Amino acid sequence: MNTATKKENISSSFIESFDFAQFQFAVEQRTKAYEAFKAMGLPDAKSEEYKFAPVSKWLTKHFSAAELSTQAIAANESVKDLLNPEFAENRVVFVNGFYNKALSSITSDSKITIQPLGEAIASNPSLPFDQLNTTDPFGLVNSTLWSDGLYINVPKNITEKKPLFIHYLHDASSNKVSAHTKLFVTVGENASFNIIEKTDTLGDQPVFNTINEEIIVEENAFFNYCKIQNDAGQLTHVANTTIHQHKSSRTDTYTFTLNGKLIRNNLNIIIDGEGCDSHFYGLYLTNGDTLVDNHTTVDHKKPNSFSNQLYKGLMDGKSKGVFNGKIFVRPHAQKTNAFQSNRNLLLSEDTTVNTKPQLEIWADDVKCSHGCTTGQLDKEALFYLQSRGIPKATAKAMLLYAFAGEVLDVIKDEQLKNYIDSIVSERLHKVY
Amino acid sequence: MSKDNQVLEEFTSREYEHGWTVDLDSDTAPKGLSEDIVRFISAKKEEPEWLLEWRLKAYRHWKTMKEPKWPNVKYPSINYQDIIYYSAPKQKAQPKNLSEVDPELIKTFEKLGISLTEQKRLTGVAVDAVIDSISVATTFKDKLGELGIIFCSFSEAVREHPELVKKYLGTVVPPNDNYFAALNSAVFSDGSFCYIPKGVRCPMELSTYFRINAANTGQFERTLIIAEDDSYVSYLEGCTAPMRDENQLHAAVVELYAMKSAEIKYSTVQNWYPGDKDGKGGIYNFVTKRGICAGDHSKISWTQVETGAAITWKYPSCILKGDYSNGEFYSVAVTNNFQQADTGTKMIHIGKNTRSRIVSKGISAGKSQNSYRGQVHILKRAENARNFSQCDSLLMGDQCGAHTFPYIDVENKSAHVEHEATTSKIGEDQIFYCLQRGIDEEAAVALIVNGYAKEVLKQLPMEFAVEAQKLLALTLEGSVG
Repeated sequence: MNTATKKENISSSFIESFDFAQFQFAVEQRTKAYEAFKAMGLPDAKSEEYKFAPVSKWLTKHFSAAELSTQAIAANESVKDLLNPEFAENRVVFVNGFYNKALSSITSDSKITIQPLGEAIASNPSLPFDQLNTTDPFGLVNSTLWSDGLYINVPKNITEKKPLFIHYLHDASSNKVSAHTKLFVTVGENASFNIIEKTDTLGDQPVFNTINEEIIVEENAFFNYCKIQNDAGQLTHVANTTIHQHKSSRTDTYTFTLNGKLIRNNLNIIIDGEGCDSHFYGLYLTNGDTLVDNHTTVDHKKPNSFSNQLYKGLMDGKSKGVFNGKIFVRPHAQKTNAFQSNRNLLLSEDTTVNTKPQLEIWADDVKCSHGCTTGQLDKEALFYLQSRGIPKATAKAMLLYAFAGEVLDVIKDEQLKNYIDSIVSERLHKVY
Repeated sequence: MSKDNQVLEEFTSREYEHGWTVDLDSDTAPKGLSEDIVRFISAKKEEPEWLLEWRLKAYRHWKTMKEPKWPNVKYPSINYQDIIYYSAPKQKAQPKNLSEVDPELIKTFEKLGISLTEQKRLTGVAVDAVIDSISVATTFKDKLGELGIIFCSFSEAVREHPELVKKYLGTVVPPNDNYFAALNSAVFSDGSFCYIPKGVRCPMELSTYFRINAANTGQFERTLIIAEDDSYVSYLEGCTAPMRDENQLHAAVVELYAMKSAEIKYSTVQNWYPGDKDGKGGIYNFVTKRGICAGDHSKISWTQVETGAAITWKYPSCILKGDYSNGEFYSVAVTNNFQQADTGTKMIHIGKNTRSRIVSKGISAGKSQNSYRGQVHILKRAENARNFSQCDSLLMGDQCGAHTFPYIDVENKSAHVEHEATTSKIGEDQIFYCLQRGIDEEAAVALIVNGYAKEVLKQLPMEFAVEAQKLLALTLEGSVG
């Protein structure tokens, strides 16, 4: 009883000392989010959504509320060494949660608006961001403390093939970093847009990073979105991504988690029109003490849509993999087809997997299924390769690569595919 | 479509078959729950001091607990002070044999199709009949006694075999396990007790038949089955209740204890009163069932056919502690009208080389909500554990819901866990195929549903399979999606 109340006190005093008076814009939304967060509190181990992801524990251990609220733009020059030469052409760079104009170079179609969200709000105070309200506690922390963001507006009928690379850099070489950004994207009718996103950290001080993303995909539009999480720092990252799909639109999302400390991805897809197509893929290849927690929600609100998810995990070391996939099919969303698959390979004694694929269906004329498996490499397949003269380690790497290949194969962008492929195969061949 | 609606209509207006009541003189406690009521029940049952203490401890713990809110069911909050916790059919003395049992009681069971008169029975099934949580008669006792099998009411076991009861009571479902288990531990009035000695294979199906008769009462019975090394028992449970407008609470606890190489097969055909077609009345079926495979090579198999009750909330579980132990769960849950079911299982793999299998088939029709909630947990030391789960849902009509909440927690890399789930309706092509071959729509639906549930139904002992099949056909007749 005592420890419980003690914990509660820590949580409430932590929340009480939030300081967001430093931010002069979006004050109304911040106050609202803060009030909602105060009412909710930090999720503990008993909360269903954060049962396996101890974000609160990590946060209160490494950060005081004052440290969390302090956001410094100052960063070491060498932070730019983290930039990927592969994606130098069309990129936006954030350093410690602030837009960095010097490092960014935008070459997308000039009809497309790409500007810092703060600026966008200043020029248009009625910009409808933060509409797809999140109920995630860390999403609310983000809405309270966000320092900067990016606003992208793709007008009607514009097709931009070239991906926009958004790079979030953190300099944690001497100080703790608390960085919170937003991304607000509207893809107009018949338009098409493509985003690649990555985080990287310099140094080994703890980094707490949240990103709230709202993406509105209008009728007949296409949105492609890829997240690369291969951060070598002590990064705890909570992403809340909400994609609102209108009639006949299509989205493809990819989430690759290869490194980090504690990664939580909340991906919510709202299917709010007929004839939508939604594909999402995930691959987590983890080692060390990485914990990756993928929560996905697909909410089928309208009939005749299709959603498909495939998440695959390879876990080594002491890493933990969590997957929770929810499929909702609302009443009258007839003729919905929704599929979900989660497959995990455990490669060491100390890994754990917690998965919860969840279906909630209120319409009868639907086809929905989910499947999940957990196991280890097929001994017979390994033996087969060895019997053909392939050394065990190579054979193992080959099989693991083939397991991951199912997700890698669906990446459409060649450059991106080669990039991810090289990281994955290098990792697998180095380790095994 | 209009034909479908018509048959659906016909079906939904179908009345509950076992909805009658019998005027039985009964001995009831005053409404409400307090330490005094717990003492009253214990005194009525002439229980030893330790059991009273055990009950009081459970009651005190219960008072500190909160009713669970996580199940996917909705109901108005229960007023625990508005329930009668003890109601027993009045009998002058403990009957020595059936001729001394109140003829009204025997008639009650005959009406249910359960004959308590042994000579009339064709099949060898020993029955323990429980009305309003009091065991009224147990058949075939002598024959079982010859083999050393103890099969009697719980209160009799407390009197005759206190050492066994004391040793095992609450070992699988501790009194503080959950809200309803704690409530049951405090106020349970009777139930069945079964003990199979070492090396004995029980020659007949053992069975308990539960019936709620009195109004405003709750039924709280406890079943305890102990299977010693190398023994085998198959146990059946059935239940009905009269039609009443108020909701009645049924909070039972079942504990199974299987030792080395023992096997327990537990089958349930649950047909509590589900409430009328507007969702009024019906039984709240909040049951805790759990078995432990304590010894190596032991096996526990749960089979359930859930067709009744306004709300069902139960998870028959297996704790696979012994190496090479095996747990099975087969379930068909059918909901119609305003019924709600949140049911499933837990398979906790602790021992090495443990195996478990889950087959769950949910069928929802009308405005009902049907949820599967299950957990497969492979602990760190459970080498080479294996699980296969399959949970399918069939939806009939566009106002019902089907939900799946499987939790899969794996801590050992040698584990092999597979889970699959599908949701669908009866295909028009399937119906068309049957029609084409001269099978009418209703027969086609029955055929398809029976095929759908076959994997589970075939696990039931023959006597029950017939009843279950009949129930299923009756419940779903005409409800073409």
